[in-house]
Amino acid sequence: MSQGNSWGECPIPISDYPNILLAHGGGGKLMQQLIDKIFLPAFDNPTLQTRHDGALLNLSNSRLAFTTDSYVVKPLFFPGGDIGTLAINGTVNDLAMCGARPAYISAGFILEEGLPIDTLWKIAQSMRRAADEAEVNIVTGDTKVVERGKGDGIYINTAGIGLVEHDQIIMPANIKSGDSIILSGDLGRHGIAVMAAREGLAFESAIESDCAPLTEPIMSLLKAKVTIHCLRDLTRGGLAAALVEIAQTAKWQLLIDESSIAVSEPVRGACEILGFDPLHVVNEGRFIAFISPDYAKQAMEILRRFPNCREAAIIGEVTNQPDAEVILKSKLGVKLVLDLPAGEQLPRIC
Amino acid sequence: MKYIDEYRQPESVARIIDKINSLVTRPWRIMEVCGGQTHAIMRHGIDQMLPESVTLLHGPGCPVCVTPAEIVDKAIEIALQKNVIFCSFGDMLRVPGSGNDLLSARAAGADVRTVYSPLDSLNIAAENNQKEVVFFAIGFETTAPANAMAVQEAARRRLRNFSILNAQVLIPPAMEAILSAGDSQVQAFLAPGHVCTVTGFGQYDRLVSKYRVPIVITGFEPLDIARGVYMTIAQLEKGEAKLENQYARSVRPEGNPPALRLMEDTFEIVDRNWRGLGVIPNSGLALRKSHRQFDAEERFGHAGAELGKITECISGEILRGLKKPPQCPAFGTRCTPERPLGATMVSSEGACSAYYRYRKLGNQKATGA
Amino acid sequence: MCLAVPGKILSIEKGDSPLRLGRVSFGGIVKEISLAYVPEANIGDFVIVHAGFAISVLDEQEAAKTFEYLDELESLE
Repeated sequence: MSQGNSWGECPIPISDYPNILLAHGGGGKLMQQLIDKIFLPAFDNPTLQTRHDGALLNLSNSRLAFTTDSYVVKPLFFPGGDIGTLAINGTVNDLAMCGARPAYISAGFILEEGLPIDTLWKIAQSMRRAADEAEVNIVTGDTKVVERGKGDGIYINTAGIGLVEHDQIIMPANIKSGDSIILSGDLGRHGIAVMAAREGLAFESAIESDCAPLTEPIMSLLKAKVTIHCLRDLTRGGLAAALVEIAQTAKWQLLIDESSIAVSEPVRGACEILGFDPLHVVNEGRFIAFISPDYAKQAMEILRRFPNCREAAIIGEVTNQPDAEVILKSKLGVKLVLDLPAGEQLPRIC
Repeated sequence: MKYIDEYRQPESVARIIDKINSLVTRPWRIMEVCGGQTHAIMRHGIDQMLPESVTLLHGPGCPVCVTPAEIVDKAIEIALQKNVIFCSFGDMLRVPGSGNDLLSARAAGADVRTVYSPLDSLNIAAENNQKEVVFFAIGFETTAPANAMAVQEAARRRLRNFSILNAQVLIPPAMEAILSAGDSQVQAFLAPGHVCTVTGFGQYDRLVSKYRVPIVITGFEPLDIARGVYMTIAQLEKGEAKLENQYARSVRPEGNPPALRLMEDTFEIVDRNWRGLGVIPNSGLALRKSHRQFDAEERFGHAGAELGKITECISGEILRGLKKPPQCPAFGTRCTPERPLGATMVSSEGACSAYYRYRKLGNQKATGA
Repeated sequence: MCLAVPGKILSIEKGDSPLRLGRVSFGGIVKEISLAYVPEANIGDFVIVHAGFAISVLDEQEAAKTFEYLDELESLE
């Protein structure tokens, strides 16, 4: 679904209130208008229509997965998405990484006084589209307004509930020596797309963010009864951070073959000129899976049927050393210890 | 990517490493001056492919690492002023001065912006004529042409609110300082290919004759570095000492004449204090009188005097190739990339940071003094 | 130090700005780069780019030689 100009007209006439005022957070008429004109139509579903303080949900006897995350990205809009798409897909994916089918989302907004209402409208619409694609409902939420200067336009927190419809236990502690490590696609698209949209680094990029829901590929693996020991979606810190954190939690040594990791040419070009390592660049629609080796081939066949997992590859394995570290076999064949990136990647000259 | 991927082919690199293995008869110590080369060596594990008897020493070719603490302090002081927009390459943001770094200054409210090019800071100055825009001009000869053009453009566009905080340094004097020190360990150099792209063969012939060391101008991809090492060892084994150019696809003997002319117009050579190495005569660039109105120190006051040794950091010995990072008692314990004691751990080009990030397995190749 | 990357010149702006800006492609990422220091460079040439400036035109013949040397090496033994 393209972003294009499919949002339609913002329903709050520009002449009335083009920007968020402190009063929009005040609980009175203006806040009501914001809810009625922006949020309800965007997120519309029967649960939300009850207009109660909380959502009453009917859940079966399944195990539940529950997660929360906050989104503070700058710039708010970037090629392939915006803070709204991130807020939905990020939480949907955290649930999928537990092996849960995402069902219900809450959305809390902290708006900065002065934020154009049109911007809020676009973001709400994005969230609606992302929710539809991920097949979740936004059932409850909250809005607060802070003074100008105290927030970056908009911060969003989303929490999510998902239903676990199988018996597998999917977490780092369950990783076993010999497991195959599968990476669902190529690296770096989100980080580079966001960089391209930032001022000061202006470049024309062929890259769009890879922000997308990962539910369907995971549900397919579970449905086929593939034995999954652990899942992790790649976000800040990129592939390196995900691997190192898992190795430290699971206390196994992971051996990764750098040559098997896919990076598209434009992402490589951007990383070369900025001095970034693709292994450290943030992604939003990629995950790693620790799969029992007997199921690795089948898992690959299933994943590759999905559009955003076409480049899924086995990138390594869990060794039999209980060494809590990640060994990267470089493209030249040399084994190096991979570490967490220092922090935010900064464009370098050196 | 063209002109990158071909130079990372494992088979090609392995062929050269094989040749090095059969060529070497004795231990040799080669210094690669440039931080970019250090990074490539550590990232691809090239030092682990070389025979045990070949030791690569990591030199002071990291302008971030050698920028004096008092200049970083000055940068922070300027950045914290209310009407200033302070622009810098990303590498400098995490380098600590005597206490804080520019990132903490940003957290404290300073308007600190990362730029990819000095030209970006000119545009910021043009768009913000109510503010003072200061650009942190660090770098070696590779970056001097960019910095020079920024100053010339500022003059041409009459950008009165633009100035540069100058901390530029030159490579050959640093190489000479290392060679002329009594405890020099260096038997040959891989000279930095991008510095030489600008300067050409410059002063390297003189260094070769005076100190009788092989110098091979080398590029930055694994194949370049492997071949540069091969050419160096070939000379060492034969007892030769000459200047060779491995990076001929970018480096010409005359360098880049238009760049050298503009550098000459804009800058003059001065003595410069190198963090960890002390003052090296004629090793820095400063604005000529004709362009001194763009000097941030003229506008905001000069940086303080050189600060003494503040911590247990031994980056000076690291930069001269006397010690390797694992030999530092604080390495990896009290000094890490998250809590660096000195610049060689902060900059991703610094030897300590490169070692920390891409640590070798098991046996560290620790050699040194 | 001196992160510099080869890129292909796609276009060069007309006019007489001393910066001589051009669009340079790095594997599909395009950035505006000053070609002031490579007055001899043309569209289609590869240049080595550092901090927003092209500092040399890549000599394609010399680049090819690197691989010829590899074969020479074999014949030396």
